[in-house]
Amino acid sequence: MTEYNTRELKAAGFMKQKEKDLFSVRLRVVGGYIEAEQLPKLAEISRRFGKGYVHLTARQGIEIPFVNFNEFEKIREELLKIGLDVGACGPRDRTVTACQGEICSHGLINAQELGKKIDEKFFGQGGLPHKFKIGVTGCPNACLKPVENDLGIMGLAEKDFREDRCNLCQLCVEVCPVGAIEIREDKLHYDRSKCIGCGDCIFVCPEEAWEKRRSGYSVYVGGKMGKFPHLGHKAFDFIESGEKVLEIIEKTLDFYKAKGKKGERFAETIDRIGLENYRKEGGGLV
Amino acid sequence: MNEINSDERIDLCGVVCPNNFVKKKLKLEEMKQGQVLQVSLDDGEPIRNVPRAVKEEGHKILKVEKVAGFYKILIKKG
Repeated sequence: MTEYNTRELKAAGFMKQKEKDLFSVRLRVVGGYIEAEQLPKLAEISRRFGKGYVHLTARQGIEIPFVNFNEFEKIREELLKIGLDVGACGPRDRTVTACQGEICSHGLINAQELGKKIDEKFFGQGGLPHKFKIGVTGCPNACLKPVENDLGIMGLAEKDFREDRCNLCQLCVEVCPVGAIEIREDKLHYDRSKCIGCGDCIFVCPEEAWEKRRSGYSVYVGGKMGKFPHLGHKAFDFIESGEKVLEIIEKTLDFYKAKGKKGERFAETIDRIGLENYRKEGGGLV
Repeated sequence: MNEINSDERIDLCGVVCPNNFVKKKLKLEEMKQGQVLQVSLDDGEPIRNVPRAVKEEGHKILKVEKVAGFYKILIKKG
């Protein structure tokens, strides 16, 4: 019988089950995206190596339970043939979650594309004190819960008001969730400090008086769930490009590697060292 | 703004999302391009959701008028 090392297997996305020699095989599914033609083949793989079903994970992923450890090489080979690969468990950068982004009527950024870029660059990166989860959500509705990730990214809209186009219809006043827009004495007043960048005013305006200038990204750090839930803190606001976000992630992972204690989630590292110190030393962008 | 006459009217007060959206959509489908539909909508969720969906579907909102507790919206079919 082949010996197996559970730690190594975890690194490759194989999670030990209670049942002897059986593992649940985690796949690398980014942002819950899977091609239609991969599905029947995946069904076939789950029948051949598992029990003919898959489990959908809380992070938009797929696991194939009941796979014998003797079949690891074979199942991986079959997965690679259909453009899928095994995922990651243990203290490393995990599968990236992402919403449907641009195609959603609220979406402000291409969350799927950014999710893929993050995955390409950081997926499976080890040498970390604990696991590290990244999620991308397309707008402040935050369906993909940026504050529950070690690092969460949220799409925002920055806008300009074109007074000459406004017909004072009040729709933006009604839709604004934070009361940043008011109409007084036949004039629109906008309090930029209250704006959360959701873009609802842009979407609703019949006269295009609210014009989107650009999309932006805010970055949250130190969120986690589990036994001791902890919501992330907003560390950076209105970052202007996806490239800059990738740079922040890289610096953050380096910071976590250097300052995090073994077994400590990033939330605890941030609490211990302080958000401001992280922003200065880790993000290095303020 | 000058008074705009509507070709059709639909009262969606008390009709919840997404039924109000569907009813409005069906009504507009019966109408000809360029005709005007007057829609009455409740405050709150309906006014937040329906007008943006109207815009996304390529129609034009001509006028929004707030009456006690509800809205009168004039939509030109696109």
